[in-house]
Amino acid sequence: MLSLRGLTRRFGGLTAVDAIDLDLARGELISIIGPNGAGKTTLFNLVTGLDRPDAGHVSFEGGDITGLSPERLAAEGIGRTFQLGRVFGNLSVMDNVLIGAHTRLRAVKPAVPVIGPLLELGLALLRPASVKLEEEKLREQVKAILARFGERLLPRIDQPAYSLSYANRRRVEIARALALKPRLLLLDEPTAGMNPTETAEMQTLVAELKAEGLTILLIEHKLEMVMRLSDRVIVMDEGRKIAEGPGEVVRNDPKVIEAYLGHGLSGTAEQESAA
Amino acid sequence: MSSWLDYTINGLIVGNVYALVAVGLALIFGVSRLINFAQGSIYLVGAYIGWVAVVQLHTPLPLTIIVVAASAAVVGLIIERFGLRPLQNSVRIAPLLATIGISFVLDQLVMLTFSPNPRALPSQLPDVRFQVGGGTIGPLDLLIAGVGITSALLLFVFLRYSKLGWAVRATAQDRDAAMQMGVDVNRVNQAVFGIAAALGGVSGMLVGMYYNQIDTAMSLQATLKGVVAEVVGGAGNVPGAVVGSLLLGLVESYGVAVFGTSYRNLFAFLLLVVVLVLRPNGLFASARQAPPEPLTGTFIAPSRPVRIPRWALLAATGIFAILPLFPVSFYVLQTFINAWLLGMLALSLTLVAGTIGQVSLGHAALLAIGAYTSALLSLNFSVPVGLAVIGGGLMSAALGTALISPSFRLRGHYVSIATLAIGEIVSLVILNWESVTRGPIGISGIPPLSLFGYELISPTSIYWFSFAVMIVLALLQGRLLGSHLGRSFRAIRDDDIAARAYGLSLNRYKSLAFIFGGFAAGVSGGIAAHLYSYINHETFNTQQSILALTVVILGGLGNVVGAIVGSVALVGLPELFRIAAEYRILIYGIVLLLLVRFRPQGLLGTM
Ligand SMILES: Nc1ncnc2c1ncn2[C@@H]1O[C@H](COP(=O)(O)OP(=O)(O)O)[C@@H](O)[C@H]1O
Ligand SMILES: [Mg+2]
Repeated sequence: MLSLRGLTRRFGGLTAVDAIDLDLARGELISIIGPNGAGKTTLFNLVTGLDRPDAGHVSFEGGDITGLSPERLAAEGIGRTFQLGRVFGNLSVMDNVLIGAHTRLRAVKPAVPVIGPLLELGLALLRPASVKLEEEKLREQVKAILARFGERLLPRIDQPAYSLSYANRRRVEIARALALKPRLLLLDEPTAGMNPTETAEMQTLVAELKAEGLTILLIEHKLEMVMRLSDRVIVMDEGRKIAEGPGEVVRNDPKVIEAYLGHGLSGTAEQESAA
Repeated sequence: MSSWLDYTINGLIVGNVYALVAVGLALIFGVSRLINFAQGSIYLVGAYIGWVAVVQLHTPLPLTIIVVAASAAVVGLIIERFGLRPLQNSVRIAPLLATIGISFVLDQLVMLTFSPNPRALPSQLPDVRFQVGGGTIGPLDLLIAGVGITSALLLFVFLRYSKLGWAVRATAQDRDAAMQMGVDVNRVNQAVFGIAAALGGVSGMLVGMYYNQIDTAMSLQATLKGVVAEVVGGAGNVPGAVVGSLLLGLVESYGVAVFGTSYRNLFAFLLLVVVLVLRPNGLFASARQAPPEPLTGTFIAPSRPVRIPRWALLAATGIFAILPLFPVSFYVLQTFINAWLLGMLALSLTLVAGTIGQVSLGHAALLAIGAYTSALLSLNFSVPVGLAVIGGGLMSAALGTALISPSFRLRGHYVSIATLAIGEIVSLVILNWESVTRGPIGISGIPPLSLFGYELISPTSIYWFSFAVMIVLALLQGRLLGSHLGRSFRAIRDDDIAARAYGLSLNRYKSLAFIFGGFAAGVSGGIAAHLYSYINHETFNTQQSILALTVVILGGLGNVVGAIVGSVALVGLPELFRIAAEYRILIYGIVLLLLVRFRPQGLLGTM
């Protein structure tokens, strides 16, 4: 479904992502682990179009998507969350998640060339029945998505996102990504800064998503969770892929142990101190 | 006299002057990612201190330079300490607005102290010219070149070999890392503001001597030119700023040689727009850089808007609607008509600056486009005034959006520069396109407002007309905010990267915001043209842009009711207290500063 070939990104003298190959099949969950600065987030940026590779190719569902804009890729069904949490602070939880459904707007956003944007403006102001109905439907869907997080978000549905706890903001981000109805979901450290209970909840949620058949690329430092969820694990260090395979195998790979020890910190400990 | 060598020398000399401003801007941008819109005001202050020293104290030239540099540095330190340091931990929009406010306060203080009339600033140098090749060069040219080169050398030695200079460079490279290594960022900021101000002040004085004239309009021009040079060289890049300045000087000088003096500024701003579009990181930027991940929602302050109950809004609308039925004076009605016109502009700006986060500093240009279109439609094509005003709104929406579109790919402070420059371009085009706009003469005899053949001449009917138009625009805007576009605009403002990752095209939605906002501003300008019956290229100026911005901040960014409340307050209160016109802009500047510092969410809160 997704395949990366020789993907490379340099920042000045530093090669943040160095000739990465990766193949992800439909319904598969691959975890990417590695010490901080290994290039994991940069890899996500390359796949989602927020950054462009200096070399290499990305293909998705058989088509070449290298260097396409993030807007296009969102429309193709690639949804992601951000490591540092990028909710829209002044928007309510409802509006945040509705933005996730933006690419699915049809009635209010007719695909007409040239005058399409003007039609969109007109329809937004006039709001005929079709537009109202679509908005209503999306709002119902948002509530259903928020219900997956139990009572964490639903009671706060009209609160601005900046007023939420850190963990809740991470949840809003995931809800927003789900509202896109993604074909491919990229999660960048979804449990960063969460306590063990919250982490366990998140793990259950990701397991459910996987069981529903969603294709997922996961960056995660909490190895326990990585081992439970992943079909395969990829280890990155200094931009390169240093190991790939089933969790248990990778975990005992001397190169992997070396990478973590060599940097003097375990990913988890570093993550906690950063949070 | 008109040899190419002369134009080259002139270009390099003027470039040298720009460099003194631009280097300061680059230093400040380097350490604090801030474009200091007050840099031109310091330049202005420098010019006037120079005038006091030369004309009143009769200081010899070396002493004049030292006095100007030292006093300007003090002004810079004061700005840093009291204007910006308190905002260190606030949202990104705050220091931007603060420097705008400071610039207006300083300019007005200079104007109130020295009067707006131009003064002569003699150069204290013998008036001789030496032959160089085919051109000539005077002692003042040599002085400017000498000051430029000496400053560059001093700055180089400071940055390279002093401990504080090292700290400045470290902070510019990576502020967080520098702080972790124990660099005192406050001291670095102080140093940078002091140096920038000293250079800027001396530059103002030299320009005053060069043209033997100083006036308060110098400030905005200097800020713009400095910013152009800095952006061309790459924001924060000190050597780049020098090269950018010399380039700008040459482009202007050759442009003047070919097309004439009135095009000088047009070339500067076109250069800016071209560079911003093609190479937003400057001509010498290294590889393309993805912006580092900013934290979310930090551009504007988080706030909970004040919910005003519907009945209160209806009641207030009702009261203002029947106001003319009471025995109120012409003066009161006139004041409110001004407030409603400003209200339309503020509605436009609160959408653009508040809802979608594009802090436009050239908003008066939209008024001008609407006003000229409506005036010319009714005069040249006998279009009924009601339709002509709508035509003005549509033209402002279309042309304004097209002109501003190069800035859509820019973020934060850059948008403000680009819109400021685009506003200047519009007013320069109006000035120079005589066949259509009648150039500096302006347009007179614009027919009065009329609706379905009835002329609206009585203050009461004008009051009702402008009030009704404003209410309709406000209702439409409220409806827009409640639609998916409202949330899309706000999402782009809060985090444009995340918005793009969810399929929101920045070009598309910024265009829509400017189209809607451009219409409101254009209608306001159109109505104003028919009320004033005479307009020229200076009728709609930067002061109005800043006034509208103050209104928007006062009311709460993106807040529709806030925009109207803010307009009534800023138009009405000065009238109520009978504050003389020349003090008003000073007060607007101070209000802006106080708001940014103490109530960034405004009266009614950000939407
Ligand atoms: N926009 C950028 N400019 C310069 N260097 C960057 C940029 N983004 C990331 N880097 C560098 O690339 C390397 C990889 O970063 P990142 O992908 O965030 O790692 P990870 O997510 O694995 O912790 C780091 O050394 C980081 O400093
Ligand atoms: Mg990362």
